[in-house]
Amino acid sequence: MNTMAPDAFDVSVARIADRPVKLDVQELDFYYGKTHSLKGVSIPFAEKAVTALIGPSGCGKSTLLRTLNRMYALYPGQRATGKIILDGEDILRPGVNLSMLRARIGMVFQKPTPFPMSIYDNVAFGVRLYESLSKAEMDARVEESLRRAALWDEVKDQLPASGLGLSGGQQQRLCVARGIAVKPEILLLDEPTSALDPISSAKLEETVTQLKADYTIVIVTHNLQQAARVSNYTGFMYLGELVEFGATDEMFTKPATKRASDYITGRFG
Amino acid sequence: MADLAITQTAAAARRTARTGPKGAGFEKGFEYLCFAAATMLLATLGGILVSLLIGGWPAFAKFGVDFFVTATWDPVEGVFGVSSLMLDTVLVALLALLMAVPISFGVAFFLVELCPTFLRRPIGTAVELLAGIPSIVYGMWGLFVFGPIFAKYVEEPLMNAAPPGSIWDKLTSGVPNGTGILSASIIVAMMVLPFIAATLRELLLTVPAQVRESAYGLGATTGEVVMKVTLPYVSRGAIGAVMLGLGRALGETMAVTFIIGNSHNFPKSLFDEGATIASTIANEFAEATTPMHTAALLAAGFILFVITFVVLTMARLMIGRSAKA
Amino acid sequence: MAVSAARIATRRFSNSAFVAFCYFVTAIALVFLAAVLWTLILKGVAGMSPDIFTMDTPPAGSRGGLRNAVVGSAMLCALAMAIALVVGILAGTWLAEYAGDSRYGSAVRFINDILLSAPSILIGLFIWYLLVANVFHHFTGYAGSVALALIAVPVIARTTEDVLRLQPTSLRESGVALGTPFWTVIRTILWRASTGGILTGALLAFSRISGETAPLLFTALNNQYLSSMNEQVANLPVVMFNDALSAYDDLQRLAWAAALIVSTAVLGVIIVARILTREQRSS
Repeated sequence: MNTMAPDAFDVSVARIADRPVKLDVQELDFYYGKTHSLKGVSIPFAEKAVTALIGPSGCGKSTLLRTLNRMYALYPGQRATGKIILDGEDILRPGVNLSMLRARIGMVFQKPTPFPMSIYDNVAFGVRLYESLSKAEMDARVEESLRRAALWDEVKDQLPASGLGLSGGQQQRLCVARGIAVKPEILLLDEPTSALDPISSAKLEETVTQLKADYTIVIVTHNLQQAARVSNYTGFMYLGELVEFGATDEMFTKPATKRASDYITGRFG
Repeated sequence: MADLAITQTAAAARRTARTGPKGAGFEKGFEYLCFAAATMLLATLGGILVSLLIGGWPAFAKFGVDFFVTATWDPVEGVFGVSSLMLDTVLVALLALLMAVPISFGVAFFLVELCPTFLRRPIGTAVELLAGIPSIVYGMWGLFVFGPIFAKYVEEPLMNAAPPGSIWDKLTSGVPNGTGILSASIIVAMMVLPFIAATLRELLLTVPAQVRESAYGLGATTGEVVMKVTLPYVSRGAIGAVMLGLGRALGETMAVTFIIGNSHNFPKSLFDEGATIASTIANEFAEATTPMHTAALLAAGFILFVITFVVLTMARLMIGRSAKA
Repeated sequence: MAVSAARIATRRFSNSAFVAFCYFVTAIALVFLAAVLWTLILKGVAGMSPDIFTMDTPPAGSRGGLRNAVVGSAMLCALAMAIALVVGILAGTWLAEYAGDSRYGSAVRFINDILLSAPSILIGLFIWYLLVANVFHHFTGYAGSVALALIAVPVIARTTEDVLRLQPTSLRESGVALGTPFWTVIRTILWRASTGGILTGALLAFSRISGETAPLLFTALNNQYLSSMNEQVANLPVVMFNDALSAYDDLQRLAWAAALIVSTAVLGVIIVARILTREQRSS
């Protein structure tokens, strides 16, 4: 039960009425060593839709995002309990092949991280791990990914050039292209525009809006307007708990809890 | 996008045909390989310790405590004692530090506070070059160039000027040919000063700009900022830098071998010839006449190892990992 | 509170003394460097002749050159660097990527830093004991290379670890997020991103070992002729040692020529490494 919000909002009944659920988080607890950072979070992520996670700094939204592809497994001392159901299977149970899981769930980070290789090799990197494509097939895959990331026109003549030579916004779209080249089912975006200028941010948001036709997308963002623009569903988190969840339009016009309302109207943040 | 849907499932099918990405199998193997390489570092230190101890054991066993207190080093008679070697090693190193510390501190202060910006890189490079010149080149320079000049312009005047019977007379007795303990100390000081200077400079650069600026803002002069603010800020590391210099000075071989004269007698003056542990090993090991001679040299090496290990450990504890050695 | 004029004057004087002292000692250090370089050039060039690279090291009184020593030094250093790069890069990678905060990792780092400044003659003795006395039973170039490699490994391990740690965590995580096996992330992403730093470390290690004499004195020793690595190998530092201390003028001239060759290589490499570092920082 949710003890934070002044009014009662039963998060356990956070549900999506009109779409199938791709990723279902159930009673997730997360610990950084002894610190209890996520407390009994249950949240559904709708298939082929964008779900935004919002909340003040330290509320656990990035932590939640990083449990979805078990990125935390890199660090001893970080652990999660609970269930995350993907297509009927719990991905938190021991024995899950993490590499194959991460091939199905892509991630884009806050700071663009192009690999130190050509643009072509950046995009092809993940694909080469899993598939043996002929040169023509790989060329097609690279082109398709760059088109979907709205980067193709800008780089099509410089594919052998280093990825590090691109501008910040282009690098971020390169990372998106790299992520979707392996044809994942889910995309996790961790504050993807916070390091970008407004024009690049707008381009990236446009890309996200187009991608949601084919991918389940979860986006963590500090920018409330961005969440309102881009997402179908929004989850508001505070101090490690999911305080409110619902369709974006409703949450932003008529939030059910006072705390969410205060955050959205800027009374704190 | 219908064609995208097809390629997505086709890709998924191709993926599930694999049990993992390419190269997943060697994951653990690579980690063990790296671990083995890292362990080799520990093994090297252990190897030095063990080989010197085992190799030198016959000498320790035969001479016992006498090994440490006798100055006799007679390969013909088979009697070995390292007391003069130990004394000379420590003496040369300490004298070298006495000269190197003020110079290296001054150089570090200069580079951090006083040097005009356009000169910073060239002078910094010059300090690195000073550190990079091979020790044997310093030795040759010391013997052929520095020695005669030192003899003519320093040793002789000092010997003549010393009042007879005084302690100065004793300290400056001997043959003024430019070799000896003091000459060796000077050369070692030159070799060690760039290391201390570079380490101290890196430490001084870790002092936050705001700390220095607030000191200047209070009206302090450059000298006061350096001596009263930045240096105390890194005092522990500065001591560590000096110990690092000491560690290097103790182990310095080639430069010392050329100019110390290689006499095993107990030194009575600064201009006397002497021999450090390192220079003795360098001079005598390849032609060691008997197994006991070899063992004695290895035993001396073990003692040098212990001394330098203690000094370098203390240095490392004080500097931590902030500056490069 | 009035500040006395005397007080200000004293402070000003101390500061001037301080500044003058710093300038003075820096000048001393620079004069030392200039003096050594000047001697190297003067005596080294005097010792040079066309024979240097065409003839082998001679006994006293005969014509000769340094060919075998140059070739020998090159062989010894090349093998040493090959060994040191493999061991050093892997060790540095372990410290940066796998060791974490473990106690064993701290111990290895500690020992590595000690080895950086340890007397090289003791490493020579260790390898003599291990390889010359107990494995090969004669002086060999292989032992010499191993001794040089042990001096180079700590340098390369330290610089590799430092440069890998500089890479942002998000770069690692991006690789992992694609499902890449971690060692592939290291190989194809992290090492590639760190090439500049690793190269600089390798250059510095090379400059260290190419001038080292003591460890070779009891391992590779020396040789009058060109030889294979399985026997004693001629090398510039030991030639310098023997010839400079000999009583013969012609051998001493040869020693200075060798000194010039070695010093040029060493100082050249240091300058190249500094230029590379500058380029990396500005890129």
